[in-house]
Amino acid sequence: MTVASVEMRRSPVPKETTLRARRRREAGLAYLILLPALAVFGTFTFYPFFRNFKLMLYETPPVPGLPAHYVGLHQIIPTVTSTQFTQSLVTTIVFVALVVPISLILGLALAVAAHRKLKGIAIYRMIFSSTVVSSVAVASVVFGTLLNPVVGLLPWLGINPTPPALENTTWALPAVAVITIWQFLGLSFIIMSAGLQSVPDELLEAARIDGAGAWTRFWRMTVPLLSPTIFFAVIVSTIYAFQSFGAVDILIGNQSAVRLHTNVLIYNIVNTLQVENNPGAAAIMATVLFLITLSLTVLQMRFLERRVHYA
Amino acid sequence: MAQVSFEGVTKRFGDTVAVDALNLEIPDGELLVLLGSSGCGKTTALRLLAGLEEVSEGTIAIGGRVVNDVDPKDRDVAMVFQSYALYPHLSVARNIEFPLRQRGMAKDVRAAKVKEAATTLGLDTLLNRKPSQLSGGQRQRVALARAIVREPQVFLMDEPLSNLDAALRVQTRADIVALQDRLSTTTLYVTHDQVEAMTMGDRIAVMSQGILQQVATPEDLYAHPANTFVAGFLGSPGMNLLPGTVTQGSGGEALVEVAGGVVPFPSTLRASSLGDAGAVILGVRPESLSLDPDGPLHADVTIVELLGAETHVICRTPDGSRLIVRQSARAAKPAPNDQVRIAVDPDPAAMHLFDATTTQRLTAP
Repeated sequence: MTVASVEMRRSPVPKETTLRARRRREAGLAYLILLPALAVFGTFTFYPFFRNFKLMLYETPPVPGLPAHYVGLHQIIPTVTSTQFTQSLVTTIVFVALVVPISLILGLALAVAAHRKLKGIAIYRMIFSSTVVSSVAVASVVFGTLLNPVVGLLPWLGINPTPPALENTTWALPAVAVITIWQFLGLSFIIMSAGLQSVPDELLEAARIDGAGAWTRFWRMTVPLLSPTIFFAVIVSTIYAFQSFGAVDILIGNQSAVRLHTNVLIYNIVNTLQVENNPGAAAIMATVLFLITLSLTVLQMRFLERRVHYA
Repeated sequence: MAQVSFEGVTKRFGDTVAVDALNLEIPDGELLVLLGSSGCGKTTALRLLAGLEEVSEGTIAIGGRVVNDVDPKDRDVAMVFQSYALYPHLSVARNIEFPLRQRGMAKDVRAAKVKEAATTLGLDTLLNRKPSQLSGGQRQRVALARAIVREPQVFLMDEPLSNLDAALRVQTRADIVALQDRLSTTTLYVTHDQVEAMTMGDRIAVMSQGILQQVATPEDLYAHPANTFVAGFLGSPGMNLLPGTVTQGSGGEALVEVAGGVVPFPSTLRASSLGDAGAVILGVRPESLSLDPDGPLHADVTIVELLGAETHVICRTPDGSRLIVRQSARAAKPAPNDQVRIAVDPDPAAMHLFDATTTQRLTAP
């Protein structure tokens, strides 16, 4: 077959049509590959997300068994201005303000301490990061025991607040925050360690030769060069802290006298849904939490990205 | 006075000896190039002088002061890194100013010195830029400015041109030589590029496997390499090294028999220095060889490389040794697989003999 005859056979098909058909085929294949992921996300993320907006529009009577009725947007204002919700919001903000900076500073300090070429340093790295694999239930039981007024570590150290820390209106929230900080520490350490690996040794060596001491090198070189990592860690841990639930549920519970002092948003939402049987109010609170997290993330990105130095 | 001296300096990393009993003196104001292939210990030697690595044995002195236990910041050295190591979050001005700020200099003094350094290196218009907004050559100049602004006793340069393109490298190496000449600051310059070493160094120290092979001026190093490593490493391409034996000719003259022919050797041999059975390595630079139908050597052409002004005819001798002949681009070029005869320049300085066992030079320098 000659070249000319091949050209003759090809020429009736317009090039544009062939390209369009190929693109359509490729798009079809792409959607097919995406389908399993879309099914999982659709079922467990997108459907609940949109269903939540629907729930906001219905009020459930306090008596069990009666059907929910449509109230539109009327229950939003009363819910978000209720004392229960505003107190819960303040408690959550205090909780986040305790957990995020402390866990990040400690994580950074441990990462810096472990970022050296020493024999056996890998063991320390493993210990420092180990909290990331312990479940909130295990962490809560361990800390519950340590804070126990009879067999715990605190009374053994001579610290014995009355009433005990987890039943004390002043100490209950900080105690829960300590557990959460301990849990976050592993993740914070891992993120900061990964960030430190990306800081070129040559920069620190150049600064050392240029006359910078260890403290100056840390503040003037390491921290600015680590700012993308710190920025990421602040966002992730703030979102996680806003969603804390396990430690409060296990250590405090909804029967405790200090419940209102540790009533973080997620815990309040779960209680409103399950104990008070009020899905509408719970959906409104969940939406507020979503908006807070979203706006906080946007704010942090806008504010921090101006100060972030990308190497 | 900033003479630098290494006395019996050894650096070990576990069982690996990176620098082995290094003895080296760099007089005040000299630009000494530490030359060697990757992993030969040259950068480690530089880092030992900078204080970034601890000496395992021996002493390092700067200006007569032993600095083994002196912190890098107190050694009064400035270093230019291969990657330039510019502080990415600081502007060019702040980068240059950084070492002055660390020394607590007054603001107006700092500003004047930064301006002077920037002017010297043509960075006046770039002072407010961040390193990421600069080209490779500009970054390199900022790194140099940061080094000179301190007026240190010693400059340390760790392959500062290796990230530049070929044209810029040629320009910058001339700039560095001119700058060093003007400042007269003792400089230790590390490179693996022998062209850089030959064109820049007052003297060159060649290292291999942690051991100093030879220290000499570029001319001396090229003309009288101390061993086969130096002979093969210096020059582009390096010296041809052909294993052979020395025999006596009928007229009493020394002959070197190599695969592919017998070459009469014009110089007096130190017979007592010869290895067993007169086993030697004959060294001839490519420019001392020529294609000549009456030449004593024969070889097969494998590749002909045209480099513009000259041509490299790469041949293989009967025992598989590589032999490169450098000739003018105007000369007739053989084709691959041609059999050629090769003549050797009769000038005594053109031929070098090395002991086959120790690889050390046999012919008198």
